[in-house]
Amino acid sequence: MRQGNKYLTLATLLAMAGGMGSTAALADKSTDEIAKYRQMIADGNPSELSAAQGEELWKTKRGPKNASLEQCDLGLGAGIVKGASAQLPRFFKDTGKVQDLETRLMTCMETLQGIDPKTVVNEKWLKGERDTMASLVAYIVTESNGEKINIDMKPAEMKKMYELGKMAFYYRSGPMDFACSTCHADTNKRIRLQDLPDLRSQKGAAAGWGSWPAYRVSSGQFWTMQHRLNDCYRQQRTAEPIYGSDVTIALSVYMASTANGGTVLTPGLKR
Amino acid sequence: MGNPMKIRAASKDGITEVKVLISHEMETGQRKDSAGAIVPAWFIKELTAKHNDKVVLSSEFGSSVSKNPYLAFKFKGGAKGDKVSVSWTDNKGDSRTDEATIA
Amino acid sequence: MNNQRRNVLKTGSGAALLSVLAAAGIIAPGMALAEWNKTAFDAKSMADTLKALGAAAPAESKDVQVTGPDIAENGAVVPVGVTSTLPNVTMVAILIEKNPNALSASFNLPAGTEANVQTRVKMGQTSNVYALVKSDGKFYMANKEIKVTLGGCGG
Repeated sequence: MRQGNKYLTLATLLAMAGGMGSTAALADKSTDEIAKYRQMIADGNPSELSAAQGEELWKTKRGPKNASLEQCDLGLGAGIVKGASAQLPRFFKDTGKVQDLETRLMTCMETLQGIDPKTVVNEKWLKGERDTMASLVAYIVTESNGEKINIDMKPAEMKKMYELGKMAFYYRSGPMDFACSTCHADTNKRIRLQDLPDLRSQKGAAAGWGSWPAYRVSSGQFWTMQHRLNDCYRQQRTAEPIYGSDVTIALSVYMASTANGGTVLTPGLKR
Repeated sequence: MGNPMKIRAASKDGITEVKVLISHEMETGQRKDSAGAIVPAWFIKELTAKHNDKVVLSSEFGSSVSKNPYLAFKFKGGAKGDKVSVSWTDNKGDSRTDEATIA
Repeated sequence: MNNQRRNVLKTGSGAALLSVLAAAGIIAPGMALAEWNKTAFDAKSMADTLKALGAAAPAESKDVQVTGPDIAENGAVVPVGVTSTLPNVTMVAILIEKNPNALSASFNLPAGTEANVQTRVKMGQTSNVYALVKSDGKFYMANKEIKVTLGGCGG
């Protein structure tokens, strides 16, 4: 016993002395430093530039009907932007569909302005009408910053979308046999120095869903949620979903409803 | 002419703090596009900030200032309601001026 | 050349002329008397850059500080600032030793503007970042190493 105790003490001392050098400790320290870095760039998020353009576009008369989007109903009533994206996706009776922010905006662009949704769906990221969409999204999500994520799961259509989203989250495909869950269904997982949120948990989903859409430092671009989800599929090396398609909305419903009660931190600022 | 800047100016205890976000590509001229061709340098070279008509900062940028540049500085004086204006000129000769009211 | 520019900017008539020209739409303010220091921005090494700025042998000073993170998550956006408690600071500059061109930005500070400027720079790799400060006509310097990491795939 004495021998054992001595050994343990020695081992403890060694562990203490060498602790800082262990990979886990280094990673923690780096994660702390990166948190400081993020803090330093948080003030002055370039998303503000996109949001300013978006606000202008919201009020600008455009399209064949020469109308603005000021009468667009994002779920809280015509023209109400403040807090609207905190409650999206939601089921809309007028379209009979569950819509996320971007598909709802396409509905408004079509009905109010006469702009064909195909001009967004068939466009490239950050070009033409899809760039207009990104600016509008930047403006709208900024107006929900600080609100509580509040997804109304009562409609049967929402429950159906949730189940579809959950299925999509675990569905493996592509040459690597990856699913969303490969990276985002574990606690304390990271890629290099980036912590990966566990999107199955309320905390993880709130951290992930709650901070997108975001400005990406690496590309110097503002990315919408549709853009972000598309990139997940691209990195999964599988077929990329059609813009605004059911699977993207289903995944959003799954993540957003799991995040319910969390705080909206949009627009985020990502590496 | 570029997109509008976001300028925030706030006065506290006789000091005005100015924060500016500028919409600009800030291409270094050292990056290649997907076709392998060099993307030409395109960056803001000069930036001047004024409080009413008085210059409070004049700066020169190289191409290594980040895309969508951010700048923060402080000057003595400046009262609520005063104007702060910021102007930039880039290497293509494009320029832009925006202003904000001190809060 | 730079002294002359500052002298003109200091005088009321210079500033007034500048605003008249600007108001007339002939010239953008800031363009008028600016002489972008091509030699300094084109210089590659720290030594050549300092020479081009007229600051051949700056003294190290504890009264100059480089602000910034220890680790930058992405080299495309590294928050960097210069602060100094030295008197009569008329110029501050940010230099990144291992960038292709060391000089990133320089700022002329008229009387009344604090020696406290923050911006964001691109860094190609982990490097020493230098703050150069001109106080009472003399140059001083300080540095800080900032590590640059490349991130993973997500966000």
